[in-house]
Amino acid sequence: MTEPTDFPAPEGSSLTESGESRREFLWDAVRTFTFGALSLTAIPALVDIAEASEDGEGKAADGPKEAKKGTILYGFLVDTTKCVGCGGCMVACQTENDVPDGQFRTWVERYVYMKDGSVRVDMVREAPYSFAALPPIDPELVEKSFFVPKLCNHCVNTPCIQVCPVGASFMTPEGIVLVDAERCMGCSYCVQACPFGTRFINKNTQVADKCTWCYHRVKKGEKPACVEACPTGTRIFGNIADPESDISKALAANRIDVLKSYLGTRPKTRYIGLTAEVV
Amino acid sequence: MSPHVPEFIFPNDGGGLAWTVMIVLYPYITGLVAGAFVVAALYHVFGKQAFAPVAKFALVASFSFCAFATTPLLLHLHQPQRAFNIMMTPNFTSAMSGFGFIYSFYLLLLAVEILLVFRPQIVELAKTRRGVVGLLYKVLALGNLRDTPRGQAADHKLLHWLSIIGIPGACILHGYVGFIFGGIKANPSWSTPMMPVIFLCSAIVSGVAMLTVLYVLIAKLRKAVVDDECLRQMLKTLWLFLLVAVALEGLDLLNKAYEGGDHWDHEKHLLFGNLRVTFVWGQVLLGSLVPLVALPFAFRQKLSLGTRKSLGVIIGLLVLVQVLSMRWNVVIGGQMLSKSFRGVIEAVPEWHGREGLLMALVVFTLPFVLLAVLHFILPVWKDASSKHGGGRLVDPTPLKTGT
Repeated sequence: MTEPTDFPAPEGSSLTESGESRREFLWDAVRTFTFGALSLTAIPALVDIAEASEDGEGKAADGPKEAKKGTILYGFLVDTTKCVGCGGCMVACQTENDVPDGQFRTWVERYVYMKDGSVRVDMVREAPYSFAALPPIDPELVEKSFFVPKLCNHCVNTPCIQVCPVGASFMTPEGIVLVDAERCMGCSYCVQACPFGTRFINKNTQVADKCTWCYHRVKKGEKPACVEACPTGTRIFGNIADPESDISKALAANRIDVLKSYLGTRPKTRYIGLTAEVV
Repeated sequence: MSPHVPEFIFPNDGGGLAWTVMIVLYPYITGLVAGAFVVAALYHVFGKQAFAPVAKFALVASFSFCAFATTPLLLHLHQPQRAFNIMMTPNFTSAMSGFGFIYSFYLLLLAVEILLVFRPQIVELAKTRRGVVGLLYKVLALGNLRDTPRGQAADHKLLHWLSIIGIPGACILHGYVGFIFGGIKANPSWSTPMMPVIFLCSAIVSGVAMLTVLYVLIAKLRKAVVDDECLRQMLKTLWLFLLVAVALEGLDLLNKAYEGGDHWDHEKHLLFGNLRVTFVWGQVLLGSLVPLVALPFAFRQKLSLGTRKSLGVIIGLLVLVQVLSMRWNVVIGGQMLSKSFRGVIEAVPEWHGREGLLMALVVFTLPFVLLAVLHFILPVWKDASSKHGGGRLVDPTPLKTGT
């Protein structure tokens, strides 16, 4: 070590040597810390980005035209003209996914357009095949009414994945948005970022929770529990990358809309029969 | 809510707000950090000589608040044991993911600045004190007890550069907090590019106000004389930044009101309804208008020190209420409108519990406890009454005076 020091020690002192060794130690510590921090954060992140671009991840398609042939890309279609508001889907979801009371992965809204020009909105309670839980409205005062089932939109441009600070929210190759319950720290930022109110902090697990389109069932070739339970065929689920699937045919044959399209999240849950009042 | 729109909130909103009083406290405390640092920087970098008596104190106060800025966040997290995931597996598309790094950097920067500012006294104490106390000062001196004029000059230069880095650091730390809210397009009351700037200005305001109040009150406890010119300049600075902060907050609201639309209709009902106390009284009348009118009287040249001190404390407290109200209105008020845009979520803060008001009070007390402890360890007010007491003892003239 022959570098000049800014703080020359008095002659005869041993401080120069100890000062230099201390400096060497500090320099080593800084290098170790920097390398450690990089190997834990930036390097894995860069590797992930490189792998993602190789796999074509992050460029999730949202329709048959954009998807590669033979790939699976799930989509969900809600035909509001068929829904009778029975609430069977809500019960099926609650049972299948062990959703705590008072929290919802899916729900059904009732829109009632009154003759005086006002619009009343309320929600079907979890009362299977019964309308008793909905407050009665005099039919003479009603112009029209319909039901709108709601669930996670599994958006292509997901605000929830974007804002998750720890990478606990992610999209599967099939386009389903999931939460890694082992990694989520429960900051609720995704709950704030979801424009559709479909995310919540599960009272039991204390991590972010949401509709998974029953990924555990879908992987086994089954339909999501709510689709299975719907008696009217309101909910259609399937591979939108396959032009011959029921959902692709329904998407091609109908006028399709999505919720809050102005936000540019490109939902993969789509609707038939929405009105401007539905948000 | 408009009488034509019956109340309907999304069912998952029924459990209450996702972010509660702890998330009000977090930007409030980081705001005090940034604001207090700006006062120190005005002296160390911009040569604002009048702030010399409080320059050292401002750094120590900034550090005390910074040390507890993460406490409300840890109390808020539903899985606090995974807090370090934010640094171990950060998702850099998230505005929040940079928090751990920015915060750690800033805390380290403040710690180094404090060690440099007090180094001559720390070295002196390390040489004279024995036992555990002596060991503490040896640790604070980083084991190096040499204090040569050349070393002091090098420290001074480093301190100057750290202060220069610290200014954008403070802006990033707090502007970034505003961005966490401003970048949420799902929430129309938050989603505005004005948010970081508004947060930054109100941060500076709260920091200067807090320093003013503490300067006068601590001087009273120490039975020390308050530097009249320093207090006058602090009040003047407070008025200037308050003017900018209020103008920005007002412009943001004016813009929303002028554009009109559904969202403003809902927001208007919230601001003048559910948030009436914190908005009309806390943020506008008592917190902004009264201080804006009273401050020019308070920093008049011809005013007795006693009156100036009393006015300074009262106005400082009102401004602190203003900033706290603003944080409340943004964080709590901003979440109250359900994303169904058809109903308001009940926001009744609880007293007890991990995220209750009592816990918030305890958390807010902690920085003051640390500040008191640091008073015993560091000669915070040494030479505070002299003109250059707040800076370095060797070369009190800041490198850049701007004159």
